[in-house]
Amino acid sequence: MIEVNEKIAIDHGLKKDEYKKICELLKRNPNLTELGIFSAMWNEHCSYKSSKKHLKKLNTKGKKVIQGPGENAGVIDIGDDDAIVFKIESHNHPSFIEPYQGAATGVGGILRDVFTMGARPIANLNSIHFGSPSNKKTKSLLRGVVQGIGGYGNCIGVPTIAGQTSFDESYNGNILVNAMTLGLVKKNKIFYSKAAGLNKPVIYVGSKTGRDGIHGASMASAKFDDKIEEKKPTVQVGDPFTEKLLLEACLELMRDDSIIAIQDMGAAGLTSSSVEMASKGKLGIELHLDKVPCREESMSPYEIMLSESQERMLIVLENGKEKKAKEIFDKWNLDFSVIGKTTNSKNIELYFEKNKVANIPIDLLSEEAPEYDRKWKKSKLPQKIKFTKKDFKNLKITDVLKKILSSPNVCSKEWIWEQYDHTVMGDTIQKPGGDAGVVRVHGSEKAIAATVDSSASYCYAHPLSGGKQIVCETWRNLICVGAEPIAITNCLNFGNPEKPENMGEFVECVEGLNEASKYLNFPVVSGNVSFYNETKDKGIKPTPTIGGVGLIKNYKDMITMDLKETGNLILVVGKTEGHLDQSIFAKEVLNEKKGPPPEINLFNEKNNGETVLKLIKDKLIRSAHDVSLGGIMTGIAKMCIKGKKGINFYKYKGLIDKFEFFFSEDQGRYIIEVKKENVDNVKKILDKNSNHYDLIGEVIEGNISINDEPTLSVDKLADYNKDWLNNYMVN
Amino acid sequence: MKSSVIIFPGSNCDRDMDVALKKFGFKNKMVWHNDNVIPKSDLVVLPGGFSYGDYLRCGSIAAKSNIINSVIEFANKGGLVIGICNGFQILIETGLVTGALLRNKYLKFICKNIFVKTNKAHNKYFNKIKKDILELHIAHNDGNYFCSQDDLKSIQDNDQIAVRYCDSNGEISENSNPNGSIQNIAGVFNEKKNILGMMPHPERVIDSCLSSNDGSYFFENLLSNMK
Repeated sequence: MIEVNEKIAIDHGLKKDEYKKICELLKRNPNLTELGIFSAMWNEHCSYKSSKKHLKKLNTKGKKVIQGPGENAGVIDIGDDDAIVFKIESHNHPSFIEPYQGAATGVGGILRDVFTMGARPIANLNSIHFGSPSNKKTKSLLRGVVQGIGGYGNCIGVPTIAGQTSFDESYNGNILVNAMTLGLVKKNKIFYSKAAGLNKPVIYVGSKTGRDGIHGASMASAKFDDKIEEKKPTVQVGDPFTEKLLLEACLELMRDDSIIAIQDMGAAGLTSSSVEMASKGKLGIELHLDKVPCREESMSPYEIMLSESQERMLIVLENGKEKKAKEIFDKWNLDFSVIGKTTNSKNIELYFEKNKVANIPIDLLSEEAPEYDRKWKKSKLPQKIKFTKKDFKNLKITDVLKKILSSPNVCSKEWIWEQYDHTVMGDTIQKPGGDAGVVRVHGSEKAIAATVDSSASYCYAHPLSGGKQIVCETWRNLICVGAEPIAITNCLNFGNPEKPENMGEFVECVEGLNEASKYLNFPVVSGNVSFYNETKDKGIKPTPTIGGVGLIKNYKDMITMDLKETGNLILVVGKTEGHLDQSIFAKEVLNEKKGPPPEINLFNEKNNGETVLKLIKDKLIRSAHDVSLGGIMTGIAKMCIKGKKGINFYKYKGLIDKFEFFFSEDQGRYIIEVKKENVDNVKKILDKNSNHYDLIGEVIEGNISINDEPTLSVDKLADYNKDWLNNYMVN
Repeated sequence: MKSSVIIFPGSNCDRDMDVALKKFGFKNKMVWHNDNVIPKSDLVVLPGGFSYGDYLRCGSIAAKSNIINSVIEFANKGGLVIGICNGFQILIETGLVTGALLRNKYLKFICKNIFVKTNKAHNKYFNKIKKDILELHIAHNDGNYFCSQDDLKSIQDNDQIAVRYCDSNGEISENSNPNGSIQNIAGVFNEKKNILGMMPHPERVIDSCLSSNDGSYFFENLLSNMK
């Protein structure tokens, strides 16, 4: 075996002083297998060494939280002994190198995280971000990622119910692929990854181990350069068919209490799964690597420990249950092998061909892993831009609306989600394209709403406000479908943490999201961090992605955003102040990219949200949509398009300019459709709760009519909204 | 009425079909692909999904599975057999119905509601349904029906075309064809019309809170014919 030295350690992504620390802790030089294990466990992806300090501050507790961060996924209580298991995870680096497999295995990985805990996956979501549409790689990356997400989710038979897609030149060299899964489990049948008991058999199940994905976790903690093509072999290859078998086999085995602990082999494969189970149980673990089912000839212990072959699980079983467990995995045609046992050594001990090939105290891999307090730079709130009447001269609201609706970040993403099976399992009651996806809790009256959101340009302009804003937007999206927001999961995509600017973005985004999460009682129950989204020293805009989950007690109370009947009135709840900085209007129409993001007033946010939710529960609202990108006008246009209805706007008489009124992106606002006979009642409730509102128009047949401007046909608008992406992908 | 739904490794609409059949009054049993005999049934369903991961060719490996001989025997005796989506692909691979299912014309997976015009003549699947046009749902990558001109003539002459894609007014045109299928064919019968293979999923549209409720007509009609 090769003698390990500092250079080899650095090639493994470790820093000089980290290698020094390893030698000191071991009181000797590690061998190559041991070095591989350290490099996998100590990299950013597995150790959270740059982020840990800040993540500890997150608001993770709540009455409905059964399991917060630290497990395979978070778990929340939805009543009647039912629980929802959910998490979001990034697969950014591999998806840029190999979009189809990168995205597919991202979906596969997050699905495993959820069914590892005993839950049957019931919904998938994703948040994907690409470079500028004019960048030559964007189209093929988008196509590959969408096909990869669909290829995996469709085959395994879990509906993809919602998502988000954005384009920004900061992703030219680093796309983002964040995948989220929700699963349903009975509260008393949740499985954890903490091993317990001595001499318990350690079982390997699933696919065979191959040479794919070796060093995947290290690659995910590295910056990109010109030689990125050479990293292709580090990308894992997915097989959703095997995952479907693994899912059914695991759930079958979980029906009784044979399993003590279970952990999927995700990043850093067998290494991190075995170390994590032992570490949580404060035990040792002994593995015999000859017994690991291998796909390729003569794989070394190093390769077996670091392979990231997909669709594999590690299980600590009760003694005597091996035979029964094997029968189940045989039935599903999956590999099953007893590869080791739990011990009291507190070490991970590896054997291969009767030789001991590694022996490391588990603590050194987990608790002793480095933790950094990185330098970070506070960002200033940018100066507000003073827009004047002159800026809006010669503009027509209808022209601006057409431009915004057909812009890449606002246009309809139907081309994407039509390629995802969003109806399998037969419980999808709100498909993609709305504020949140909704699935029924099978066989019950309950339904679960889920959404994913991120606002990179707000976060880039001012991380603290941006962080708050996303949590609020997630909360609003859940409320818009009539769901009570319960908890969130976060996927924190950032640049290089060794740069104080990037680290500052991280710290302040986290601070912002935490503040909102606390105020709204909307705890974080799971998540992941992806740093080093950087190519040739250029990082992405800070992009924390928030996945939110809410409960609808009776699925019949769910509402959608499409306008329902002519004659109904349209109100905007929440005050429109006219904040245009960082809005789509400012960027796309006025070509102004500076200025602060809209301010967040958490009191109003909470107050408006709670009142709207109450109105929905009281069946006083026919349709609702939050005001986000493109302001009131864009929001209403989308409600018109979905409902194939129009709106007649009342004459605008406000104090701010009409462009500011219709296109500003002030937060905490909802557009609601109310029946005429209910309007007085709704106004009374809004007044009573001190919610600002404006009555702005009335639902009519297929046209949008604004004051003195020519009317716009909703059918035509729908085409504008849909055509951009269709044309982009076809041409 | 008794029904059996076969589960192949990779089937993923088996539960949905089970739920639908039970909702409309069938006594349904799930049957494992490795079994040799199907239980006594009035109806056998091959569900949608990705049997054997769609490897080799969609449906081809399932068409060689243990249970399939028993299905073929049941069908040859005149038993009612439905194959939905991947089930349709399996029926084609067994030779129980004519044709082939190619990749969708635009090489994309398509998941959406579509309309189909049904053939009510001499079959138990659509005969008494009051509506001529049903709003069903498709979710597939390989649903582009194809057959030779001779076969096409023969299935036309025998009135074996079961459902054709159309628009909400019943117009059958290029615009209402989601996947490039020849003659907008979404499903076919065998000669005796006891076997139905089709791409659209009736089991996904059986409640007014879902994307359509028209699948209910299909199951209600089927059950009423079997009583």
